[in-house]
Amino acid sequence: MKHPLLLKAMGVVIALFLWQIVASSHVLGDDFGSSFSPVNALTSLFHLALSGDLAKQAVPSLKRIFVGMTAATFLGVIVGIVIGLYGSIQYLTYMPFQFIRMTSPLAWMPIAIILLGIGDRPVYFLIAVAAVWPVIINTYSGVKRVSRIWIEVIKTLGGNDWLVLTKVIVPAIIPYVMTGLKVAVGISWIILVPAEMLGVSSGLGYFILDCRDRFSYDEMMAVILVIGMIGLILDSLIGILQDHYNWSL
Amino acid sequence: MLQIWEVSKDYQLKGRKVRILDDVSLKVEDGRFLAILGASGCGKTTLLRIVAGLEEANEGKVFFRGEEITKPSAQWGMVFQDHALFPWRNVQENVELGLEIKGLKKTERRELAVKYLTLVGLSDHLTKLPNELSGGMKHRVALARTLASNPSMFLMDEPFAALDTQTKKELQRELLQIWSIEKKMVLFVTHDVEEAAFLADMICVLSSCPGRVKEVVVNHLPRNEDCSRSKGKEFYELKERLLSLIDKGW
Repeated sequence: MKHPLLLKAMGVVIALFLWQIVASSHVLGDDFGSSFSPVNALTSLFHLALSGDLAKQAVPSLKRIFVGMTAATFLGVIVGIVIGLYGSIQYLTYMPFQFIRMTSPLAWMPIAIILLGIGDRPVYFLIAVAAVWPVIINTYSGVKRVSRIWIEVIKTLGGNDWLVLTKVIVPAIIPYVMTGLKVAVGISWIILVPAEMLGVSSGLGYFILDCRDRFSYDEMMAVILVIGMIGLILDSLIGILQDHYNWSL
Repeated sequence: MLQIWEVSKDYQLKGRKVRILDDVSLKVEDGRFLAILGASGCGKTTLLRIVAGLEEANEGKVFFRGEEITKPSAQWGMVFQDHALFPWRNVQENVELGLEIKGLKKTERRELAVKYLTLVGLSDHLTKLPNELSGGMKHRVALARTLASNPSMFLMDEPFAALDTQTKKELQRELLQIWSIEKKMVLFVTHDVEEAAFLADMICVLSSCPGRVKEVVVNHLPRNEDCSRSKGKEFYELKERLLSLIDKGW
């Protein structure tokens, strides 16, 4: 247990090994089972990266995540602060919010396309719908944990309600917002792939279907690898932000 | 001058009305150091919070220099029992808070913050975060923060109650030194008889349940050059007298 890095690296090797066994065992069919193997996937990944095809599909995906997450962050923080400060609004919104939160964002796809047309905009919308809830919930619990004494300090130094908001509530909730973003980025990255399978012609989700249609399963496995790796990187980036802005440490 | 005029306060406790302060009246001259002394739960903190404008009295009024106190203001600065520093601001930024609220420029803010942090002996710790400081240092920062916003009256709610004896004594001496320079009125809430006798010009002893003014004791003990008091026979006589005046709260 003393070598976490070594163990993590070993985990990767074991996973690749198991993958290779499954690919060579013909459970995926005799003819093309081997195209799912890690060796072929990694080779294709290398070619896709070199040819620029990978970047061509990854950039639109990342752009959609960025736009959707930005919208979700603004909306989520504002709504979280409002329901955190005003109990009556929290009760008023409780049932509708829980209801919408529990419906899959993908269920909104037909409505999103009717409202926003075909293209990037319905994907932005779906990502924002998926990402907004963790931001709202974590912002809300951050507001609820603001110490009453901090607010009184501002008041006894002559500050008004606006200064209570800007000098106490906003800085105090930042670590909670970061936690919300970490959860949100995970959910939205998962939602992105199926969202891109519906009505767009670029992005990693679209590319998976495209590979399938071209029977290039090695490329498809390469794209799945990339999706996993980008997800890992996004999660780590938010993790770094989280540590940086965590005053409670 | 501060005038507390027939102040009463009730709390709702399990649907029952409980009187916590009853008909409290006091007058304090500018520049004086008043201790409000009483057992735990006698309403002394509530009285201070009413003076600060953080709570409303059910009856009675409070006037400071002829103006009725109805809400908190930078004119009457509060030092809380829990130092209440902001953990995301470093020492200097915590002290600058009141100056930001006043709308001072950055250079002016910095100058004043450094001045008051030097006064409390923390000029070497400007960029430390509160969780890197000892308990005594946190209280010094809180004191500097209130000092920097330059109030006309200091309201202090058992500021040293959570500190060890040695640190408490150091801070009491520092407070008196600062008081001797600033010459501002201080209202100092405490349950510590020795602290009250050491610091204050006047000691208002509150009785418990409900809090009433039992007696206002004038402290005639002479002050040394640094405003502290020598703890001789007369000091302990005063302490005994104060002890006998305090009800046991339970």
